[in-house]
Amino acid sequence: MQPGTLSKALKSGAIWGFIVLELLFFSIAGEFLSITDQAFMDVDNMLLLLKQSAPIGIIAMGMTIVMVNGNIDLSVGATFAIAAIVLLDSMTWPIFAGLGDWVIPVAWLLALAAGTLLGALNGLIVWKTGVDAFIVTLGSMLGFRGIVFMFNGENPTSHLNWTLVDFAEAEFLGLATATWFLLGATLVIWLLMTRTVHGRNAYAIGDNREAAVNAGIRVGPHMMINFAIIGFLAALSAVVFYSESGSVNPNDGQLYELWVITAVVLGGTKITGGAGSVIGTFGGVIAIQLLRKGLGYIGADTSTVNLVIGLILIAVLFLDKQLNVKGKEELRV
Amino acid sequence: MSDPVLRLENIVKTFPGVRALDGVSFEVLPGEVHALMGENGAGKSTLMKVLGGIHQPTEGAIFVEDAQVVMSGPLEAKAKGIVFIHQELSLAEELSVAENIYLGELPRKRFGFVDWATLAERTNSILKKLNVGFDARTRVGDLSIANQQMVEIARALTVDAKAVIFDEPTASLTDAEKVVLFDVIADLKASGVGIIYISHRMEEIFKITDRISILRDGQYQGTVNTAETTEEAVTQMMIGRKLDLSRNPSSHELGEVSLKVRGLSCGRLYQDVDFEIRRGEVVGFYGLVGAGRTEIAETLFGLRTPSAGQILLNGEEVRITSPSDAIARGISLVPEDRKGQGLVLGMNCRDNMTLPQVDDLTAGPFMAEGAEVAIFDQYRDRLDIRTPGWKQKVGNLSGGNQQKIVIGKWLSMHPEVLIVDEPTRGIDVGSKSEIHKLLRALAAQGYAVMVISSEMPEVLHVSDRIVAMYSGRIMRTFTSEEVTEDSLIQAISGLAPGTGEVA
Repeated sequence: MQPGTLSKALKSGAIWGFIVLELLFFSIAGEFLSITDQAFMDVDNMLLLLKQSAPIGIIAMGMTIVMVNGNIDLSVGATFAIAAIVLLDSMTWPIFAGLGDWVIPVAWLLALAAGTLLGALNGLIVWKTGVDAFIVTLGSMLGFRGIVFMFNGENPTSHLNWTLVDFAEAEFLGLATATWFLLGATLVIWLLMTRTVHGRNAYAIGDNREAAVNAGIRVGPHMMINFAIIGFLAALSAVVFYSESGSVNPNDGQLYELWVITAVVLGGTKITGGAGSVIGTFGGVIAIQLLRKGLGYIGADTSTVNLVIGLILIAVLFLDKQLNVKGKEELRV
Repeated sequence: MSDPVLRLENIVKTFPGVRALDGVSFEVLPGEVHALMGENGAGKSTLMKVLGGIHQPTEGAIFVEDAQVVMSGPLEAKAKGIVFIHQELSLAEELSVAENIYLGELPRKRFGFVDWATLAERTNSILKKLNVGFDARTRVGDLSIANQQMVEIARALTVDAKAVIFDEPTASLTDAEKVVLFDVIADLKASGVGIIYISHRMEEIFKITDRISILRDGQYQGTVNTAETTEEAVTQMMIGRKLDLSRNPSSHELGEVSLKVRGLSCGRLYQDVDFEIRRGEVVGFYGLVGAGRTEIAETLFGLRTPSAGQILLNGEEVRITSPSDAIARGISLVPEDRKGQGLVLGMNCRDNMTLPQVDDLTAGPFMAEGAEVAIFDQYRDRLDIRTPGWKQKVGNLSGGNQQKIVIGKWLSMHPEVLIVDEPTRGIDVGSKSEIHKLLRALAAQGYAVMVISSEMPEVLHVSDRIVAMYSGRIMRTFTSEEVTEDSLIQAISGLAPGTGEVA
């Protein structure tokens, strides 16, 4: 075996091994600790888990391409809330009153357009000012959240459209609507990142920006497109989720950015860019959701969940660093 | 004679405060290998960046064949048939060989999808020409450095090139791979491509080039036919200025051996290094960038772990595992990058000076300001640091005075061995000689001083002995009486004296 083969296999397969471990642990621990008789690995339970993964998962696909590109987006939670408000509020606007149920696609388009624009705005600022994406999106996270509160104060924005709820609660081939959107987003971003010129250039930029510039790749537009994509996906996530719930609180989507980043990093994407895959991110999303659900299943407090996930994240990054040490020649810092 | 494929006319490039290129003109004919030579910092890289559209020239014009062109960026240069093979590997390690070769120009199908079949086919036909042992799908990060260099070279073959610029292409190639590279160059040459070949290695230059153009301090020194010149003549043009080659043989007695290094190695960075420095002696380390000099200093300062060998301090073997360890044993390093590694630019002079010993300068829970000012005053006087007062931020001082602050900082730790890496980089001529005098004076006071420099006049001027390094090995150690510029240049280019063979 070549040196490095083992560590590479460990790295690419790590998240799936971790998922298997979680499943085993919760199934066995559940025998003794669970308050219900239902098995953890029950089909319905797993399908529900996929559905519940959708809001974070859809955004995580966008975060993967943004992080592979060497950037980060902290504003996704706020974008999520804005898109939700646009979706629910626009259905009550008088100009759309004559549309009947045709207001639904219009509201969807408006919400998705809002998310895409906000994302593109982030990207434009990062591109044109050269300010680090972390700072830019930290600012826009606060700013977008401010807009949410300006809209309706502390009050929730609600609108129930039963046709929409029926659509959102529908199942097709046994999978919920939200699950289909998650799978769809994963497939499209996977194709984008592995099969298109844009995706491959995104990897090159994140990996070695100078090489990309030397090769004549225009770095800025690629970054802006990726921010627009994550904005779109944050909005898509909101659209899928609020079609069903019909009511958005001004605090909704808070901390989503952290859950999303956690999932992406757990899935093996390098925070410095250049490496990472959508499949890994999918694993990361599932792993986190399993952990939340599993800890609940064995009767742990919800606050324990955060503690455990935090510890696991640090352990994973430590492991990753150990596997990536280049040997003794390296300069000690 | 045919028309030149590439012509530069009177190119001037200024950066704030620096005239990096000053009236450079030369031309490359089709089917010619044209060497571009100059010392480190002579302006070769800047010239290449101007040619590649990364910098715009302040004055002057570039002609490709007969048409004047303005290069707006690397892709435009490539589209015009000017291809660069970069010295520092400009590759994305996580991507495949094929993607790297066609970086920025991946063939595409509808909807922006990559045309993998075409990509693999084109890449494999190029790789076949280069006769390498990897294929289009290999991840670049998994290749050896030499093979990565071959990937870089493969980029030249992707377009219908008019001129190809090789920047130090053989720096990381083995002899067998060099043969392949020279074949590639011969092929390009035969098909009428003009080649600019940048290298420090005289034997390569004389083997494969037709003409040589020389830059010095950003100025064009002239072009000579390779067949009609000699290594000495070219070296003379590169160094040019009437050198201050005055030597400084010690006027004082040398003391005991302070630092001795036996068989020290650090992986690929340097191997089997032996030298000693006595108290009162200045030993200069001279070599090209990447010869391993800085890495030796970093090892001595505890920043790298040696893979083999011994370090002896005053005759006793020591293991240095961290900078604080090194400082405690009396080894200090004045680093290469003064602003990045040596100083906290936003802090004042006094605080920078006392930085390594603040832990000891306390009065109860507070800083002992008086003691700090006393230390600062002492070294300000001793080193003649010119500053309005200790409150001045070091970022506002001149380069020479900044360097003195760094030196003063380490002297205040009472070292025995002082390692100085590129002591006068970016420092004006007047301050340079002051720093040189200071280094000599410190040696006279009994310090063992190791000076790493890429400037020949500097090492000749300050050193009692000179260690010449080439690609991680010590080629030869000269005393200041026996050293000549020629023998020094030969030693650092990997030429054994007299034989002309690669060592």
